[in-house]
Amino acid sequence: MAGEPERRLRERLSRLRSLPLLQRTGVAAEERRLRHQLDSVSRADASEEEIWAFVELARHADRPYTLDYVERIVEDWVELHGDRGRADDGAIVAGIGRLAGRTVALLGHQKGRDLKERLQRQYGMPHPEGYAKAGRVMDLAERFGFPVVSLIDTPGAYPGVVAEQHGQGGAIARSQAKMIALRVPSVACVIGEGGSGGALALAVSDRVLMQENAIYSVITPEGCAQILWRDQSQARKAAAAFKPDAFHCLELGVIDGIVAEPPGGAQNDPDRAALQLKEALAAELDELEGVPGSELRSARRRKFRAMGVYA
Amino acid sequence: MSETKIDVTVERLERTASEARHPNTCPKCGSHYRDDELEATLYVCSHCGFHFRMPALARIAWLADPGSFQEEAAEVRSADPLHFFDLRPYRERLAEAELNTGLPEAIIVGSARLEGHRLELAVMDFSFLGGSMGSAVGEKFVRACDSALAAKLPLLLVSSSGGARMQEGILSLMQLPKTISALDELHEAGLPLLNVLTDPTTGGLMASVASLGDVTIAEPGALLAFTGPRVVQSIIKEKLPDDFGRSEQNLRFGQIDAILPRSEQRPYLARLLRLFGR
Repeated sequence: MAGEPERRLRERLSRLRSLPLLQRTGVAAEERRLRHQLDSVSRADASEEEIWAFVELARHADRPYTLDYVERIVEDWVELHGDRGRADDGAIVAGIGRLAGRTVALLGHQKGRDLKERLQRQYGMPHPEGYAKAGRVMDLAERFGFPVVSLIDTPGAYPGVVAEQHGQGGAIARSQAKMIALRVPSVACVIGEGGSGGALALAVSDRVLMQENAIYSVITPEGCAQILWRDQSQARKAAAAFKPDAFHCLELGVIDGIVAEPPGGAQNDPDRAALQLKEALAAELDELEGVPGSELRSARRRKFRAMGVYA
Repeated sequence: MSETKIDVTVERLERTASEARHPNTCPKCGSHYRDDELEATLYVCSHCGFHFRMPALARIAWLADPGSFQEEAAEVRSADPLHFFDLRPYRERLAEAELNTGLPEAIIVGSARLEGHRLELAVMDFSFLGGSMGSAVGEKFVRACDSALAAKLPLLLVSSSGGARMQEGILSLMQLPKTISALDELHEAGLPLLNVLTDPTTGGLMASVASLGDVTIAEPGALLAFTGPRVVQSIIKEKLPDDFGRSEQNLRFGQIDAILPRSEQRPYLARLLRLFGR
């Protein structure tokens, strides 16, 4: 059972365990708490309930969304609208503003708070036009040397007839290709649901973080249950099998760090959650500042090329 | 008294479609074929032109000049990092797929010649776990990019995939930026990716390299979509357009460059190789 791939994985795990989880953001007590959680969750036998609790917190109706963080941590925010081709997709917000003393381009998925806004923003599920809008703001960032900060929170890209006709897959692919090739620093943080390609399209960054109660997965638990169990109600089982929580993502080398949340989850204290997020983003941006563009690009390529576990 | 109950169950006379059908029946026109006939016609129905899925090995044998294909990265196999278990363990599914298909993974890569032009080939096979992309498929594609880069060759991808392999969870999703990273290097070196999209190419493949070809052709009637018709249907609950997600719709909406029947692909690719070879 324990072959070469597993040995490699274990090696990486032990390396990861020695990394600072909080990237200088937290007090020691918080770091200890997270480390403790990493140890308990990353046991192979983390229970269905433990993992499902993350899924529920990540989807909590009161969880802060991108614009809730923007108003708390970004100064001089200017939202930019439209893809310059066809539409302005409300499921993705984009703009420029100052974050911890520097101008950044900020992109994020935006779910709606009430029914009207949810419909307008399509529950945070972008159409290809949303990725085109994000892409043109990335172009702007590159032109002026602004780092790209993205906040990830979507169940997935919008699954519909028009989205397909307008090339949903291609839009997601091109967004990733653009992010891979950027010559400015990029930092992403999953702040809620990191649902599949629709999330990944904005998360191919130099540093990828997850909030403590966020999830990041190849498919929604319900979708996975439908396909592998042929029964949507097996979502808990599916989630326990593919382990979408931040701690497992860190273990697997998919993300670079975990951002602590207030006790019980970000929804309990959005102001504090915003401060913790700001400090984490600022610490990463500080580290990436001044690195030449070509180096950023090749390091980013190396990082993503190394992902995966095979025999 | 009650012993004389009448049996009122009705015997069902109509058989379901799958029972009624001879296994070698064209799904489009209903004509029958022999296996050797189908192979001889490049897995295309000789009556109606329906394109059956073509096994990767048969595709390579046809595309590559005789004796020119040199397989690479054959040793790369899937692992089971999540110890994934749905209705059956992932390891068991892998072993079964290998037994049934005779393939080690859902993609075969290597160098070859096509009408004398050297190129790197990456050919997928849907019959291996739905052509799904896990860590091993991603790694093999990246190795193909590496060889193309080292030998300064164009890369030809023949895709056939249901998308990311769920049993490797988030690691499968990460194969999207992984393969795109390798492609970024190829493009930086001025080498093209030529794509032949075959039925079906959906999900993660559509959201990565299958959508990033410098020239992209598709086979007739192939399903090429990010979200497939069944999922979209289940959400919108209305009738979908007849050619929803098919090659023909993709051409109409500007997502691909051309639709070519199999018999016309080889000369077309040779022409592209001449053009990109300068």
